[in-house]
Amino acid sequence: MNFIIGAFKPACNISVTFSDGKSRKQVPLKKENGQTVMVPLFQSQENISGTISIEPVPGKKVEHNGIKVELLGQIEMYFDRGNFYDFTSLVRELDVPGEIYERKTFPFEFSTVEMPYETYNGVNVRLRYVLKVTITRGYAGSIMEYQDIVVRNYSPSPPINNSIKMEVGIEDCLHIEFEYNKSKYHLKDVIIGKIYFLLVRIKIKNMDLEIRRRESTGSGTNTHVETETLAKFELMDGAPVRGESIPVRLFLSPYELTPTYRNINNKFSVKYYLNLVLVDEEDRRYFKQQEVTMYRLGDTS
Amino acid sequence: MISDGVEDEEKWLSAGITGLQQNAFYMHRALDSNNLKDALKYSAQMLSELRTSKLSPHKYYQLYMRAFDELRKLEIFFKEETSRGCSIVELYELVQHAGNILPRLYLLCTVGSVYIRSKEAPAKDVLKDIVEMCRGIQHPVRGLFLRSYLSQVSKDKLPDIGSEYEGDADTVMDSVEFVLQNFTEMNKLWVRMQHQGPTREKEKREKERSELRDLVGKNLHVLGQIEGVDLDMYKEIVLPRVLEQVVNCKDELAQYYLMDCIIQVFPDEYHLQTLETLLSACPQLQSSVDVKTVLARLMERLSNYAASGAEVLPEFFQVEAFAKLNNAIGKVIEAQENMSTAGVVTLYSSLLTFTLQVHSDRLDYVDQILGACVNQLSGKEKLDDSKSTKQIVALLSAPLEKYKDIDTALKLSNYPRVMKYLTDGTNKEMATVIIQSILKNKSCISTAEKVDALFELIKGLIRDLDGNLHDELDEEDFKEEQSSVARLIQMLYSDDPEEMLKIICTVRKHILTGGPKRLPFTIPPLIFSSLKLVRRLESQNESVPVEEATATPEKIFQIVTQTIEALSSVPVPELALGLYLQCAEAANDCDLEPVAYELFTQAYILYEEEISVKFPFLHDSKAQVTTIHLIVGTLQRMHIFGVENRDALTHKATGYSAKLLKKPDQCRAVYACSHLFWLDEHDSIKDGERVLLCLKRALRIANAAQQMASATRGSSGSVVLFIEILNKYLYFYEKGIPQITVDSVQGLIELIKSEMQGDNTTADPAADAFFASTLRYIQFRKEKGGAVAEKYEPIKV
Repeated sequence: MNFIIGAFKPACNISVTFSDGKSRKQVPLKKENGQTVMVPLFQSQENISGTISIEPVPGKKVEHNGIKVELLGQIEMYFDRGNFYDFTSLVRELDVPGEIYERKTFPFEFSTVEMPYETYNGVNVRLRYVLKVTITRGYAGSIMEYQDIVVRNYSPSPPINNSIKMEVGIEDCLHIEFEYNKSKYHLKDVIIGKIYFLLVRIKIKNMDLEIRRRESTGSGTNTHVETETLAKFELMDGAPVRGESIPVRLFLSPYELTPTYRNINNKFSVKYYLNLVLVDEEDRRYFKQQEVTMYRLGDTS
Repeated sequence: MISDGVEDEEKWLSAGITGLQQNAFYMHRALDSNNLKDALKYSAQMLSELRTSKLSPHKYYQLYMRAFDELRKLEIFFKEETSRGCSIVELYELVQHAGNILPRLYLLCTVGSVYIRSKEAPAKDVLKDIVEMCRGIQHPVRGLFLRSYLSQVSKDKLPDIGSEYEGDADTVMDSVEFVLQNFTEMNKLWVRMQHQGPTREKEKREKERSELRDLVGKNLHVLGQIEGVDLDMYKEIVLPRVLEQVVNCKDELAQYYLMDCIIQVFPDEYHLQTLETLLSACPQLQSSVDVKTVLARLMERLSNYAASGAEVLPEFFQVEAFAKLNNAIGKVIEAQENMSTAGVVTLYSSLLTFTLQVHSDRLDYVDQILGACVNQLSGKEKLDDSKSTKQIVALLSAPLEKYKDIDTALKLSNYPRVMKYLTDGTNKEMATVIIQSILKNKSCISTAEKVDALFELIKGLIRDLDGNLHDELDEEDFKEEQSSVARLIQMLYSDDPEEMLKIICTVRKHILTGGPKRLPFTIPPLIFSSLKLVRRLESQNESVPVEEATATPEKIFQIVTQTIEALSSVPVPELALGLYLQCAEAANDCDLEPVAYELFTQAYILYEEEISVKFPFLHDSKAQVTTIHLIVGTLQRMHIFGVENRDALTHKATGYSAKLLKKPDQCRAVYACSHLFWLDEHDSIKDGERVLLCLKRALRIANAAQQMASATRGSSGSVVLFIEILNKYLYFYEKGIPQITVDSVQGLIELIKSEMQGDNTTADPAADAFFASTLRYIQFRKEKGGAVAEKYEPIKV
């Protein structure tokens, strides 16, 4: 049950109800105004169906030149504000021109909709799916109503998922070997690994494992790259000696991660990195960044 | 600077406590409202206070203890949370979301404790997981406290025999593995502590480390308390692993402490059965480690164990404890090149104590130890420092105390060899100890051979050792020492006269080397001991005629005479004279007239050549007087002399008496001589004439003394002399000597009376009393009745 109150003076109330609205999972979505609302969750190839009811303000009639509902998939670049790019646009005509005197409901259905990209709210880019109801009017201006939906697409476990194992170091100063059990992690996964110290000639204060998200938008000279550190997880406190092996166990579930997105509609990419950072007593940082692929495993919960 | 540091630390500590309490407050609120998320958040923040590097271990501990208390509450909350339906597995994951590792791991340990108790997963898996994760803390102090926390919360949850956590999946082995791993990691951290921070603060750091040692040692305690650690497991797994860590850490402090810990924590029988393994670690320790104390403690423990009951003793034999210990000590000494001599001796001393306790019947072991000790000492200087001296005295005293019998010590061939390494002072000390032991235990040394060995041992007291200066010694101490030697000589006794003679000869040989200072102490007991033998021979003579005996009184007197002659070098003529007289008396009892005469002659010679010459002055004449009385007294008792000999001797004696310097002395000596002529029990010596002569002479001298006194002082002297002579008169009168008549007695009484009433008589209450009591005696005799009263009747008082 969703009642979206229109921003314009309400000549009528338009509400969208999904046919499986009661059972469908709802997820939080952050709106432009900063509010978080709960919206239904879909995945690609699903049918999006329901009813749209239009209820004129009592005693008034709504004259229109037709009513339609569109399913839009939009990419919005913040640095190019206001410029939406619709990569998906499906339309269903609901009514021929006429007048509505009393509440009227129209069923609609978009069957097996292709929604290849996930809803994404990044630093510089937003990808959204929205149902747009338009009551076309000649002179008074059309009445429009939006209903956001969230799309998440699930992937199976990758058949090949090698561990990441690497030896890095600074000559005669620090040599470490690190190992993460996988190169591809699902969003609720646990990173298991270990850091093995082969040579330690510096006084290390601590060691963190960071999860960094790199969002790049645009292309060519117009590329914007934004890197955020989503997690800073302390792995080690104090100075190890040669031969120490420090365990890594990082639960990913507390962090707001998304799958890795590669070149979404030639507009943007989101990549994840594990950054191992060692800090010495003079606060010098030694780090090694390693990309990991994130994917969304079928959500059973 | 330093005080600032301390103040700062206080400040940091109080800041830490404040932060901790604040977060604990919010945590409590979250606990009360069952808000898990907030509880985790605030507990993590609270535990973040433990991330400080600014506190010394001591202060850090205060902070830790507060956090510990709070974590107890959190643990209870976790437990409740699981009973409310929250999955423990989920909780176990949730706490691991904390971004900072230290709070994360404290929470993990806390929740892990609940996890194990829930039995949803095998205890061993949880334990293994936590102990692995704790590797993340590489900071020594923080790591040590964290792991100590782990040890604390897990110790009652270790799978053990009979514990509720024991199951198919969980065995004692898992517990042992867990504790060993935690121990190993803690020890590594602990050892590493010393390398952190500036070198100049090393001492302070070592002190701090020392404060933390119990955290590490606690793991061994836990191991010791696991019931399931049986001998096999201890032997095969626990001990080798612990020792491996101890040896490999190459740290002095840790090695010493942990070795001691092992010894104290595990049961005695385990030590006994794994002696070889345990001991083999000792030579591998750092050379600066105080291995001797470690070994000493071990042996002490084993000794106590042995003392706990006879039933355990076979175990010791079975494992050849002695050989192993002895061997190990040798190796340790070899490995630790710079071990002090005191250390070496301490080691052997401990081994000896052990041996005496465990193998009290194996004298050969004791001797072996002493031998090994000698080997170690050889090539070294004499032991001079007080520490090693103390130790070696302890080493040498131990067998004496144990066996309470010098015989045993004398059987130890290496005993004297050890003593060679003592300084003269120590040698003396040891000798005193030996003598004290003999005296205390009243042990009797009965063969010449042993006596010889004994005197060899105590030679420090018997003679001046090379380079020993007399004046170093306190006169009192010297006297004490020599008196004890004298007492020792009395303890040497054999029932067999032949052997006894040999003993005497041996002692004589030794003491004659003692020099003039010692002889006056040592010769008299020897002489008396010899005379005792003479008397014994005398009493046996009649019953058992000994053929070809060397132990004849004649022989002994020869030795004795020669011995006394040695005193002339001192010289102590009075002593020598006294001894001659003693011998003469003994010879008298043996009917050896020539010997007695010879002895008397010697005494007279001494008197003439030494005493009378040496003491011509007033203040020294007392010795002379005493000597005279001694001679007279002895001579009076001699009855074997023929008339001629006797005359010669008595004549001399009276002659000496008359030549004394002071008149009163002369007088007394002379009337004493009167006794020489009258012996009740010998009819041959009843010469009343000469008795009277002596007494008259004494009277004359008394008169002269009186006159001298009045001439020099204007008043006549005391009448005491007259009264004394009167007493002599009465004595002989009573004996019935015809020459002593009633008249002479009566005359004397009158004389005394008139003297006492004389004008210029000085009052002398003592003399008055003396006279009065003499008169009372006469009165008493009169009243007694019978023949005596009749005799006294004519005397008028």
